[in-house]
Amino acid sequence: MLDISQLLEEIKASPYQEETIVAPHTGVVTFAPIKEGKRVRGPSGVWKEVKGTLLATIERERNPKPIHATEKGKVKDIFRQYEGTFVEAGTPLVSIRHYLSKEEVLGIILRKALHLFKAPERAKYYFTPDVDKKVKVSGSRSVTVQNGMELFIMSRMKRETPLHYEGPEGLIYAVYFQHNENVDAGQPLIGICPPDQLETIEEVVMRVQTEWVEKE
Amino acid sequence: MDFDKKLHQLNDRLNYIRDVFTGKQEENIRLLESKLNELMLREKHLSASEQQAAAATVDDLFDFVERKLEEDLTPMDRVRIVRHSQRVCLRDVLENVYDNYTEIGGKDENSIDPSMLIARAYITRRSGKKVYHQPVMVIGQEKGHGEEFRNGGSVKPWGNAKALHYMKVAETENIPIHTYVFTPGSYPVEDAPGAAQQIARNLYEMAGLRVPVVAVFSEGGSGGAEAIGLADTRLMLSHGYYSVISPEGAAAIEGRLKEGQRATPELIEKCARQLRITAADNRRMGYIDHVIDEPPLGARPYHYDFFRSLRQEVIRATDEVVLGVKGFAPFRAMALRRRHGKKGVTPDFDNIYVRWNLSSNARDRLVMKRHRKFRRLSRQACLDRRAVHRRIWEWGYDLGWDVYSYFKYDLWRKHQQRIVYAVEEVDAEARVLMNRLLSPWRKLSGSLPGSGKPAEDKEKELTMLSQWDQEDQRNGEWRYVSPRAKEDRTITCPNADSHGCLDLWAPDLFGEFAGVCNYCGHHFPMESKWFVHNIFDNGSVFEFNSELEAANPLGFEGLDVKLDQAKQKTGQKSGCVTFEARLDNIKIVVAMLTAPFRGGSVGAAEGEKFIRAAERAKKKRFPFLAYVHGTAGIRIQEGTNGVIQMPRCTMAVRRYIEEGGLYLVVYDTNSYAGPLASFLGCSPYQFAIRSANIGFAGRGVIKETTGMDIPPDYHNAFKALSRGHIQGIWDRREARQNLRQALLTMGGRNLYYR
Repeated sequence: MLDISQLLEEIKASPYQEETIVAPHTGVVTFAPIKEGKRVRGPSGVWKEVKGTLLATIERERNPKPIHATEKGKVKDIFRQYEGTFVEAGTPLVSIRHYLSKEEVLGIILRKALHLFKAPERAKYYFTPDVDKKVKVSGSRSVTVQNGMELFIMSRMKRETPLHYEGPEGLIYAVYFQHNENVDAGQPLIGICPPDQLETIEEVVMRVQTEWVEKE
Repeated sequence: MDFDKKLHQLNDRLNYIRDVFTGKQEENIRLLESKLNELMLREKHLSASEQQAAAATVDDLFDFVERKLEEDLTPMDRVRIVRHSQRVCLRDVLENVYDNYTEIGGKDENSIDPSMLIARAYITRRSGKKVYHQPVMVIGQEKGHGEEFRNGGSVKPWGNAKALHYMKVAETENIPIHTYVFTPGSYPVEDAPGAAQQIARNLYEMAGLRVPVVAVFSEGGSGGAEAIGLADTRLMLSHGYYSVISPEGAAAIEGRLKEGQRATPELIEKCARQLRITAADNRRMGYIDHVIDEPPLGARPYHYDFFRSLRQEVIRATDEVVLGVKGFAPFRAMALRRRHGKKGVTPDFDNIYVRWNLSSNARDRLVMKRHRKFRRLSRQACLDRRAVHRRIWEWGYDLGWDVYSYFKYDLWRKHQQRIVYAVEEVDAEARVLMNRLLSPWRKLSGSLPGSGKPAEDKEKELTMLSQWDQEDQRNGEWRYVSPRAKEDRTITCPNADSHGCLDLWAPDLFGEFAGVCNYCGHHFPMESKWFVHNIFDNGSVFEFNSELEAANPLGFEGLDVKLDQAKQKTGQKSGCVTFEARLDNIKIVVAMLTAPFRGGSVGAAEGEKFIRAAERAKKKRFPFLAYVHGTAGIRIQEGTNGVIQMPRCTMAVRRYIEEGGLYLVVYDTNSYAGPLASFLGCSPYQFAIRSANIGFAGRGVIKETTGMDIPPDYHNAFKALSRGHIQGIWDRREARQNLRQALLTMGGRNLYYR
């Protein structure tokens, strides 16, 4: 069984994800005026159409290509030794510390702690009518699922197929799909929490909600 | 109670003056304020008659100050007057100008588009002892007095579609149409029908509407105004404005503002002045036929005298249009010709009866007259530096073609066609007969040995796979190669992030690949010369009307310099290049809007060249291609001289199509706004080169007017295709082949002109 408290402590010990931005191809690197410890913006806008902070420019064959931050966070390292030199593809240029938000932490923990039931193919998914009714009235956590239970309707091009749940018995703790939107094959549909673990998980969720200090 | 009402009204008038002159005329406003306050304080101590007298004094003071302020109204003040919620709106006009009306398909916000109001109304006239009810279709934008759901008179495409529908109804019923233009501009939704398409459709249909149309302009904002403003007679309220763009929009362009920045009031004032948007300016330029005087500081709903004069004017305008195409009415026509302002009694048009429905011949004359009227407009707004002898020579050349095409197509072709059709019919009949008669013989001869075997190469031809036609791809060897191909550098495709395209070497990309990314098919913008040299037959391009030159008709500050720069940079005299060319020996007339010349914006010179090209195509019976290398819209610095090109060119295109022409439009790079919402958008056959952007308003304008952000690919060709705006998407490398195919299939195999 997963030790959730330990997982939380681990995440707490390093409350960020580090991302290293590497050279996409060979070229001469020029760093933008950024400094270690300073904040950078990630892509923004409704469609992520506004690019993040400019980190560096890499030029090859007189074609300067800007490299932008992919996540918001703080600049950890700038590999300044490459300034003005010709680098290979994959050379690390800048590393960014992206501090996790509450939701991201919860997401990480839940995905590890819960049993995930995954979509077998790309389709739209719906709960069967009786489950759906229950979910709508009193929330998904009121539904207990057993192995072999008919739980979903898988709908693709008007072909609707019943889908049976496979896995341990438990409550539907998290729902990862939305009506009318396609789910790719292999993506989780629901997260199942075995009844004996419910208490621990709820405790962790509470701890995250109260204790987690967002750095941004 | 009456007195309270009076006070309330005076207060409204004061607020109105305050709003119109924000930050100006403070002394006058303070004076009015103090007098009104004084009146309010004294009110309780006065008797009823004294109250009335005091109120009348203040009322007179208001009148006096209003008249005084009227004298130094700036164009921007007029814009504020027109936008004010106290200004008369279409509902007021319907109530006070017409004798009775029924609103069609609308009940406040419950309407397909509450900003477009349609009403069947009638005007009652008396002739002798007889009373006539004359029905009219009233169509116009309704701003309401600040009603939010009206969207300030910004009409969505379906509102314009509704207007068009009822214009058609009026045409069926043979009753005149009165349109009232009260719009700051059209609402820029790209949908089906998109804003641009619907306006284009409206213009195209209005150009051929077979009933009298009278338009009254109060607030005429560009495309939105044109959607219902194409009329036989255009009247304008004296405090209205008619413009290509709002002064704020012009200021944003002139000041090169970024998103979120605001123009200074001074710059806005200056732009408003330079754009020549007022009624008097438009009357002088000829885009408005007559100005209707308003009371000082603009008409408000309680100005009943104004409504009376408006009624007289619309009646007279309709009468004039009708009598202008009708046969016999010498005295009534004379009565109508008496202009306002002349001494003597102007006739009361309520008492003159003119029947408003027209005979079929008169309707033909009406449409012809409308076309002629618009053809004449804006002639003075472009430069023509041809020498006299060249003009005479070209006039003679045109005349020669007129005569030639009349004999060849109108006289000879008609009879020739009749003979050909008859021969075809007889031939087909004879074949069927011969088949029946000869079938026994064929059966007999077919069964003999050694007969009926197809030749071997025939068999091969029919069964082998066809060969890839290298001619159209030219194996990467193009006749014109972009100068960018000479640079030794690589270029990143904009889709590299999403499609993983590798960097492209410029000589490959612009030389061999014709500006098309090898990995994802993204089309980089290419020079217009690429299209001209690689699409048409070698050496077949012959330019005409190149002397027509873009000018600065309004004397807009700085435009002369910009135009000179553009002329120098491109070597063209305007943003429109017209030429004749051959494609696989199919002769064709092309009008090309080129993006490097001031963004491919359309002004008077471009419009005139476009019209002449369409006329040339009509005369010579050639297919007509509008190749839009890129256009940013109407050239705002030319003001209404630019806007008027929308109806003018649309009419030219319509004349051409109705004469049997084949009109094709091809969009490359970016095409937006006015031209799209008129003479380009009305073509039944529109194609885009892949990666072209096509739309009504750009991102900035949409954000500014609606507050909405639009997705990055909102305007791309595929979106335009799925909205039904264009009919196909072409690869640049196959453009020649596709164009040939289009000419052959849409125009017919041998006859590319109906």
